[in-house]
Amino acid sequence: MILRPNLEDIKNIGYYLGKIILGLGLTMLVPIVIGVAFGEINPILDFLISLEIALIIGLVLTKVCFMEKDLNWMQGMIVVSLAWLVAMALGAIPLYLSGHWKSYLDACFDSMSGFATTGLVLVCGLDHLSYTHNLWRHLIMFIGGQGIVIVALSFFVKGFSGAFKMYVGEARDERILPNVINTARFIWAVSIVYLILGTLALGIVGLLNGMKPINAFFHGACVFMAAFDTGGFTPQSQNILYYHSLPFELVTIVIMVLGAMNFKLHYHIWMGNRKEIFKNIETVTLFITVLATFFITAVGLNQLHTYPKAIMLLRKGFYQLISGHTGTGYQTIYAPQFINEWSHLAIVGVILAMALGGAVCSTTGAIKMLRVGIIFKALVQDIKKIILPDRAIVLQKFHHIKNSFLEDRQVRAMLLITLLYLVLYGIGSIVGMWFGYPFLSSLFESTSAAANVGLSCGITNVDMPAALKITYIFQMWAGRLEFMAVFTLAGFVVAAIRGK
Amino acid sequence: MLESQSHKVTKSQDKCKIKNLVFIFLTCVLYLVHCDLFAQSISSTELINNAKLYDGKTVVYAGEVIGDIMVRHEFAWINVHDGNNAIGIWLSKDLTKDIQYKGSYKAKGDWVEVTGIFQRACLQHGGDLDIHAQSIRKIKSGSVVPEELYFNKGYIVVILSVGLLLIWILTLLKHR
Repeated sequence: MILRPNLEDIKNIGYYLGKIILGLGLTMLVPIVIGVAFGEINPILDFLISLEIALIIGLVLTKVCFMEKDLNWMQGMIVVSLAWLVAMALGAIPLYLSGHWKSYLDACFDSMSGFATTGLVLVCGLDHLSYTHNLWRHLIMFIGGQGIVIVALSFFVKGFSGAFKMYVGEARDERILPNVINTARFIWAVSIVYLILGTLALGIVGLLNGMKPINAFFHGACVFMAAFDTGGFTPQSQNILYYHSLPFELVTIVIMVLGAMNFKLHYHIWMGNRKEIFKNIETVTLFITVLATFFITAVGLNQLHTYPKAIMLLRKGFYQLISGHTGTGYQTIYAPQFINEWSHLAIVGVILAMALGGAVCSTTGAIKMLRVGIIFKALVQDIKKIILPDRAIVLQKFHHIKNSFLEDRQVRAMLLITLLYLVLYGIGSIVGMWFGYPFLSSLFESTSAAANVGLSCGITNVDMPAALKITYIFQMWAGRLEFMAVFTLAGFVVAAIRGK
Repeated sequence: MLESQSHKVTKSQDKCKIKNLVFIFLTCVLYLVHCDLFAQSISSTELINNAKLYDGKTVVYAGEVIGDIMVRHEFAWINVHDGNNAIGIWLSKDLTKDIQYKGSYKAKGDWVEVTGIFQRACLQHGGDLDIHAQSIRKIKSGSVVPEELYFNKGYIVVILSVGLLLIWILTLLKHR
């Protein structure tokens, strides 16, 4: 028997959702400050309107639904899944008001793409967008990369056990520190330190590239936020190709890789345990899969002699590949070049890289390295079981911060999520083909959306069908939250309709 | 007999000359048509989608200068947007002197016509798709775009502020 959610459930969800909306609204103060600094009046008004809408909704929800009860698992998951949808809707308001998005749906697409750190865009006239709106586009990537709920947890929610449920709902099941609030704060501390260093590095490279100082550091901050949070937005329409600079590409590669690493690994490296980087199952798997997928891509590029020199193949091939593997989506080629100039094999190499992703408890999407590593270990274990005598006890170990033995329960969970990702990649591909796009292009774009990558082969544009835009929004949302929160919300809706 | 033969020879020579002239004329026409095709401004979409066709050819490309002029020693990079995409133009630093406005939120960039060699995967620039400019001509000067204040947005801000204030007062009263 399905139980219909009671008023208490709804009020508790509403109360915490209200708090998150208040937190999200207050983050709009940052672009307002930038707007004041650059003297951009209309953009300031856009953000004031959005801020006030967020504050009104947040205040009403927290007062009407006021409760002092802790969240249970179901409520925590629903708060998270709804928070991401509400964030998309609120974050899209200033974008839509700017007039650079043709419809509110397009603004929602870019908003979800930002929060989910995907990087696919439908913006028009990006090169004429204000500093204020541009900062917001990148800031939402920074907020989404850390986790919208983590923002609220860090600054607006005092310690309570329900925090961990929301933390897990945002696809973060690893506690770096015993207290989840402290974990959230550590993630912020790491990100802020890297933000300062990354902005300085990119800003200096920008200056040396001949950019104006103000633009060099503004672009530096924006590109850092999008690279570290493996997002993929840039302030200009040409993406990274705008800079025409090898040093700029090299710095972004370092930042993308840092963003694709587990925050727990960052913590251990910060604490002086540098050996962990060479032993950890995730970094080892990442190294192997990057090499394997790059080999496939390079062979594919060589088939058609797309790049006549090895250095060009390395620069173009490896950049798109590492950008796809880390889930960033930075491009140094134009979207149609993938289909027009790259061989099918090269494209498959990039699709595989996108589908695999980075580390768990990082800002990347996709299947992720821990799952790939553990599934591979489980396969090895099963092969050993077949080869070795029946009486032999086969134990498989793996190292992830500490040595652990592989358990069937763990493998089952990893396989389940992997399977769900594959289904999600497939759904988007089918919808793409439904609208007449070729198989490989559909698979490429679908994987990019669901794995929160942002590389595009040209399907994503303003004129694509609205149903496909909605499909990609769903993929970005479900892929970022790793399904459980989304399924809980679906179950909640079913229970509300059919429950007793 | 001989006369008629020589007459035939001169006739066939004339025919041959005419054929040659027709051939030269047609070649010239075809060449001019070909040159004209590339002399016309080509869109960025056409260049990107048919990059192999235009690779290494002299093309004319027109669009708005956007972003920064990035000077690299004696050369510079500019990015020119034709309304669909922006393409990087590698040119001598001296050729950028006439560029006054660069497209941004507060400015409409100069509209320029670039004649140069199109590279699908530039050997000099790590495989970038770019144009190495031989000449650049300003077609239309850009301008500063004065920010037009949308009063409707201002009214919405005021109305929402009043609403927010009322809700805040109500919540304070409820607390008491």
